[in-house]
Amino acid sequence: MAEIKLMKGNEVIAEAAIRCGCDGYFGYPITPQSEVMETLMAREPWKETGMVVLQAESEIAAINMVYGAAACGKRAMTSSSSPGISLKQEGLTYLAGAELPCLVVDVVRGGPGLGTIQPAQSDYFQATRGGGHGDYHLLVLAPASVQEMNDFVSLGFDLAFKYRNPVMILADGVIGQMMEKVQLADYSPRWTDDDIERISGKWALTGKKGRDRHVATSLELDSYKQEIFNHKLQAKYRLMQENDARHEELHCEDAEYIFVAYGSSARICQKSIQLCREQGIKAGLFRPVTLYPFPRVPLRALSRRVKGFMAVEMSAGQMVEDVRLTVDANVPVEHFGRYGGVIPTPDEIVEALKKQIISAS
Amino acid sequence: MTEEIIIAGFGGQGVLSMGKILAYSGIMQDQEVAWMPSYGPEMRGGTANVTVILSDERISSPVLTRYDTAIILNQQSMDKFEEAVKPGGTLIYDPNGITRPPTRPDVNIYKIEGTRLAAEAGNPKIFNMIVLGGFLKVKPIVLLDNVEKGLAKSLPARHHHLIPMNIEAIRTGMKHVERD
Repeated sequence: MAEIKLMKGNEVIAEAAIRCGCDGYFGYPITPQSEVMETLMAREPWKETGMVVLQAESEIAAINMVYGAAACGKRAMTSSSSPGISLKQEGLTYLAGAELPCLVVDVVRGGPGLGTIQPAQSDYFQATRGGGHGDYHLLVLAPASVQEMNDFVSLGFDLAFKYRNPVMILADGVIGQMMEKVQLADYSPRWTDDDIERISGKWALTGKKGRDRHVATSLELDSYKQEIFNHKLQAKYRLMQENDARHEELHCEDAEYIFVAYGSSARICQKSIQLCREQGIKAGLFRPVTLYPFPRVPLRALSRRVKGFMAVEMSAGQMVEDVRLTVDANVPVEHFGRYGGVIPTPDEIVEALKKQIISAS
Repeated sequence: MTEEIIIAGFGGQGVLSMGKILAYSGIMQDQEVAWMPSYGPEMRGGTANVTVILSDERISSPVLTRYDTAIILNQQSMDKFEEAVKPGGTLIYDPNGITRPPTRPDVNIYKIEGTRLAAEAGNPKIFNMIVLGGFLKVKPIVLLDNVEKGLAKSLPARHHHLIPMNIEAIRTGMKHVERD
């Protein structure tokens, strides 16, 4: 029987990394995610599994260390919060351009700029659109519980290696700072050199040993070759959309109105649903679990039988664009957001639904 | 059963750890739990609060505006959270430093003199356990046995010799909590 513990989301990220056989963590502290590295440093996994934990001199150094480790076929990760993730964008686009797998955790805080240390979801665009330059995407997972902070670490690494693409866990200050019951995973060993050869032998920099050399680069000066490479990336993103778009539906069977929300907003909306149903309003929740690829197919299917959607996010309106792009044009889609570090309350979400959709129709 | 609780007071009073012990006690009796702290540029002497939810079902929002129980340990928190107790809910407070006692007629109000009792026992550190005892007397949502197990889980092994003292403090709180 696996261990049940009471832990903070951030602590769980660290514990899950050790247990899933992560090879290296490279980071730089920033609120509200500093517990990730604090926990790793306290746990000293280098004594236990050989995992490297390193506080880099900056966020930029950390992401480039991830690039180096990933190029060698290692399971490498970093974590930060919004301003730090902005600094990592150059490294992320290079990782995507070199098709290197890695895990990046973003515990989002309010912005723009240095902003606030309180929770927000205002980095949806940055996460899902490819925050750096070029036509690329990260695969983005949005945990809504401390348990999912655990589960998405090993899932994230699996998907990163499946697609040879950086994967981001997009959490926020609520999920990072909250403690919940969590069932920790059992230990999986770190990959041996033979494992790496078997899993990533076609591209990883493992020492030339009588084969053509491997190069981990995103540079291609021949435009036609670069276009062909971009085709390959786009094909990869289509595969993600077909095979790995994930979502969860709650009380949608008989729902007339659907909240669309991810992460901590999805948790708050669950309370709003209870309040709605006490008042005779049939509300449900559609929770995108992957933000990229956005779970378009099931959301579109829902849109054929409901009276309206209310996108709820701690931003001025970002995910709502994906909802509008997805659903049938004749179904109303409204947005309710609190932002700058303010968390919406279950009651004000219900009021917004009544005012913006139910009374308006 | 779902119990939504806010514990609010000064940083350094043991607000967060009281919530953690309560949450761990819930786990010991197979309940779902959530512990959501206020976090920010806070420091000792500033305000601190934590939302704790214990439930037999999957917990929805960890962020709440209305509570079944508010445990209030300073005036700032009284000003902020008295109105947040659900009608018919429970408000427990330590009168120490309270200049405007609670007045809501639709809420069950209890007093626990945690500060005084801890000072009399010569150990201000047991303050939060006395208050927890007061709460558990009024709302016996977790068994004392499970609190003991919860303490064992939430305290590092080197502090386990302190568990009997903490249980004693909880008993003191249970004895002295009174209807306002």
